[in-house]
Amino acid sequence: MPLISTSGLARTFLTGRGPVEAVRGIDLSAERGEILGFLGPNGAGKTTTLRMLTTLLAPTGGTATVAGCDLASDPVGVRAKSGYVAQSGGVDPGIPVREELLTQGRLYRLPKAEAAARAEELAHDLGLSAVLDRPCGALSGGQRRRLDIAMGLTHRPEVLFLDEPTTGLDPGSRADLWELVRRLRDEHGTTVLLTTHYLDEADALCDRIVVIDRGTVAAEGTSSALKLRYGGSLDAGLQETFLAITGRGPASSDTAPVAV
Amino acid sequence: MQALLSDTALIFGRYARQTLQSRFQMLFGVLMPLLYLLFFGPLLTGLPLAPGASSWQVLVPGLLLQLGLFGAAFAGFSIIIEKNLGVVERMRVTPVSRLALLLGRTLRDTALFLFQAVLLVLAAIAMGLRAPLAGVLIGFAFTALLTLSLSCLSYALALRVRTPQEFGPVVNAVTMPSMLLSGLMLPMALAPGWLDLLSHLMPLRYLVDAMRDAYLGRYATAGMLYGTLVATAFLTLALVVGTRVFRRAGA
Ligand SMILES: Nc1ncnc2c1ncn2[C@@H]1O[C@H](COP(=O)(O)OP(=O)(O)OP(=O)(O)O)[C@@H](O)[C@H]1O
Ligand SMILES: [Mg+2]
Repeated sequence: MPLISTSGLARTFLTGRGPVEAVRGIDLSAERGEILGFLGPNGAGKTTTLRMLTTLLAPTGGTATVAGCDLASDPVGVRAKSGYVAQSGGVDPGIPVREELLTQGRLYRLPKAEAAARAEELAHDLGLSAVLDRPCGALSGGQRRRLDIAMGLTHRPEVLFLDEPTTGLDPGSRADLWELVRRLRDEHGTTVLLTTHYLDEADALCDRIVVIDRGTVAAEGTSSALKLRYGGSLDAGLQETFLAITGRGPASSDTAPVAV
Repeated sequence: MQALLSDTALIFGRYARQTLQSRFQMLFGVLMPLLYLLFFGPLLTGLPLAPGASSWQVLVPGLLLQLGLFGAAFAGFSIIIEKNLGVVERMRVTPVSRLALLLGRTLRDTALFLFQAVLLVLAAIAMGLRAPLAGVLIGFAFTALLTLSLSCLSYALALRVRTPQEFGPVVNAVTMPSMLLSGLMLPMALAPGWLDLLSHLMPLRYLVDAMRDAYLGRYATAGMLYGTLVATAFLTLALVVGTRVFRRAGA
């Protein structure tokens, strides 16, 4: 049984200037222990899809299950079994790192002592031990990003949603994060759905890639299958492949939302 | 239920710690009522506002409610900032009780208010207020009810708007008329008939009247009954609205 499965998932925003169809019927699934890359130009609907899958946003169409829980009928189950690292994070700059990690553990209903131990452990895993007692606002950009990721791992979720987790990380930290994601998969069987604009990252880290464009799935498969099919050969660069799929460069100009 | 209580305690603790770290926030709220007490109170001491009692017993309940009104109505500002930081969504993806996210915050606001109210009453006593202890305690209860209700509504509104610029004007549009029409500063008994009539449409008016009765030691009055009913009804309404807004996904 797939750990993530969506069918016709859609979200239309009603705005002052008419409806915006951010996501228009996405079907995808991920098996247990799979690392799924979610690619697509700016405004394609990646974040919107993730916000639906994490119960933050109600879909306007379609259905989905996450870790065996139905999104619509069992949002509490989805929340307990999945972790989410938002594109722009979510810590308070005035609060010390340790306190944020502790609070996060308690929000996931860990007993006090366990939450404290988990905070230490996460800080160690993500290289934050030295900054545990600093306010979050005093971290560097990359440290902040690692803290965001630690927050999402607090409760050892079965399914992990990472929205551009490596944006702002130096090459060393990026490699460390890839290592961490692989370790989560190998040791805990965690299923990971991550978005990225770095094609080398998708190539190196992801078992399978889903490219979305204008709110629908434009292509999906392993990186080599995509290269073969859209780039013309196995040696094609992922960059050319991506261009061939979406008809434009990755992370290029901000595409205008599709208004109807 | 167990989860709701411990979640509420957790959220309350988080924001209470924030408040304790900011002495400025703790004291700033009392500043305006304290100024009224210092510079407005002495003008009234000679006026016969309450036959057989001192003007302080009329003024202080009004100032306490004013403190509650302005403090609580603007409480939502903090959640707009947290929304923009992503803190609200980060909490909403956890299994934490949605209601606890609201209650923890409003209880912090109420605790802060009570602390400020005690300061204000002590200052008033130093300036000449004499009122029965039971009345003063009832007064704290009324203002705490008002703070709870208003901060609930304030957070609900703040969660629905995008920017502080949308929030501020709405809150001002509610608080200013509330203050003027409820007789917070001077009793509505002084008002011409039409104004008195209009002020009866303002829920806060009933709390003001009840609190003044309490400060005068009159506990079994019609005003006290209406005040209790209105305060309870308002709190119920605020909790219903607040819970609905906080429960809804994507809010
Ligand atoms: N709350 C909202 N109201 C109206 N439109 C929205 C809202 N949120 C997102 N959109 C629109 O939906 C579309 C998809 O946005 P989304 O954030 O999902 O894109 P994305 O794929 O994550 O892009 P990026 O790579 O830039 O992060 C965009 O056109 C965006 O403007
Ligand atoms: Mg995005």
